Amino acid sequence: MENQRLTFYEELKGKGVSRRDFLKFCTTMAAFLGLEASGVAQIAKAFETKPRLPVIWFHFQECTCCSESFIRASHPIVADIVLDKISLDYQETLMAASGAPAEEAYKAVMAKFPGEYIVMVEGSIPTENEAYCCIGGRSALQILQEAVKNCKAVVAWGNCASAGCVQAASPNPTGAKPVHKVISGKPVINVQGCPPIADVMAGVVVHLLTFDRIPQLDGMNRPKAFYSRRVHDTCYRRANFDAGLFVESFDDDGAKRGYCLYKMGCKGPVTYNSCGIIKWNDSVSYPIQSGHPCIGCAEEGFWDNGPFYQHLPGVAGFGIETTADKVGLGLGIGTAVGIAAHAIVTNVRKHKEIINEPEEGSAVETKKE
Amino acid sequence: MRNRSVPLREVHVWELPVRLYHWINALCIVSLCITGYIIGNPPALMRGTEAYFNYWIGIVRFIHFVTAFLFFFNFLFRIYWGFVGNEFSRWYNFIPLKRCQWKEMLEVIKVDVLQLTNKKIDSIGHNSLASFIYFITFLIFLLQCLTGFGMYAAMSSAFLPKMFAWVVPFLGGDMQVRQIHHLLMWGFILFAMVHMYLVFYHDYIERRGVTSSMIGGWKFIEEDVIERHDNRTEECPKD
Repeated sequence: MENQRLTFYEELKGKGVSRRDFLKFCTTMAAFLGLEASGVAQIAKAFETKPRLPVIWFHFQECTCCSESFIRASHPIVADIVLDKISLDYQETLMAASGAPAEEAYKAVMAKFPGEYIVMVEGSIPTENEAYCCIGGRSALQILQEAVKNCKAVVAWGNCASAGCVQAASPNPTGAKPVHKVISGKPVINVQGCPPIADVMAGVVVHLLTFDRIPQLDGMNRPKAFYSRRVHDTCYRRANFDAGLFVESFDDDGAKRGYCLYKMGCKGPVTYNSCGIIKWNDSVSYPIQSGHPCIGCAEEGFWDNGPFYQHLPGVAGFGIETTADKVGLGLGIGTAVGIAAHAIVTNVRKHKEIINEPEEGSAVETKKE
Repeated sequence: MRNRSVPLREVHVWELPVRLYHWINALCIVSLCITGYIIGNPPALMRGTEAYFNYWIGIVRFIHFVTAFLFFFNFLFRIYWGFVGNEFSRWYNFIPLKRCQWKEMLEVIKVDVLQLTNKKIDSIGHNSLASFIYFITFLIFLLQCLTGFGMYAAMSSAFLPKMFAWVVPFLGGDMQVRQIHHLLMWGFILFAMVHMYLVFYHDYIERRGVTSSMIGGWKFIEEDVIERHDNRTEECPKD
């Protein structure tokens, strides 16, 4: 029995979690994942029968906000399971060990569970000069490439690991790249957001454990259960958008009435996330509910598509304040001036044609009466 | 009274389907640009009311989407007509693959744009430069359809928009797609300005009835131009 790996449920029981709390957790997760009623039983069964999931959690170029978000998941069991129980065999921020024993811990996982362990990554990977991010004398790229070789799947937490986030924003001095651009051959789940919603992170872990396969992903490898709808389309202020009621400045009457923040640069219409549904901090609120426009943190390149408080992004090469409309209007005025100039030149240069003077040698004759 | 007698012949240049396409397309573009601009920069018309009183941005968006479908199918129809229509509407007019098309383009630039000489361009349908510009607008049509339906795909379960779902990940997200869609709208506006000016210009200079040709289909072409057209070498089907 000693060598037998404990199941999640056994571990939870040992920690004093009641059956009732456990089932509540399973139900919550099934709801988040959008499963049918039978999904609750599937989750419960998986947790009762499957051994804990070995996980290696890397921190590269990042701020640890993904971990911070994760430990604030609405259902305490989530953080418990994943951080205490699941098996964070290696997590630089939260593990007790340090130095050589820490390194050994993750190497042991790789040796003991080849093809079984999950690599979870927070942070982007520098490629301009690999030395920008080194742990234990080895570069992030080396560590990651070695770790994914025998892993089952890779979970890229947050915008850094999914799209590069602020480090990859122009001019990207470290040549920061997201996980899916530096590894190949393994499925990568991009759990987007800066940070991702805690319950979304938990949902992804539960899905991996319950169904033993990666969740259905969208075109940008984000789990469809959480990223298939725009923040705008699930926003409680949406009715104001359709009615044409917009906040025009942060201190106006519209802001007080809770009008749509579209014209304040809200990126809800171009951002796919569950903020409008699951919300944050135990479903208390989310940015728009607190009166602030969405900044689009779950989208690739959201830093470069700013400014945050402007509806249209700046046009590259024209300065940060220059929107598509300003460029278009400038070109339009230029065109109008060109047309006017051409019309004047035409009347001068083609005068003969206009007053019907026949060209030399043509069969045309003009009569005047 | 000033008048002149020019040996002219009426040529049926634009068939009815081409003319219908043109006017449907024009109306669609006007409607799409206006509604699109409103969606991008909605005016504050209803301030002080509550959301349940009205739905006007919703209606503007609805018009934009319906028009977009019409625009798309009209565009598809024009591509089809490029393979079955008369010689002036065929696809090969628009893609400058032949030397003589490039030569004529240079000539048009000399005669009509820079006005260095007073020669007349022989083309009965579009001249080579105009055709090439239309080809570029067709590419803009295509991009506009791709980016538009790409953004629309996420809120639709219909088959057609779903076929464009790949566009958003391909371009790196909705933010980029919306930016391209918005910039290209200005392409339509600039095109419309120049297009309308040039129609006036050609009617003013050439007097072949180019404006009314898009209504009735007929142009008045000089006999000698038609003669040259009929005797041209086969190497260049475009005139």
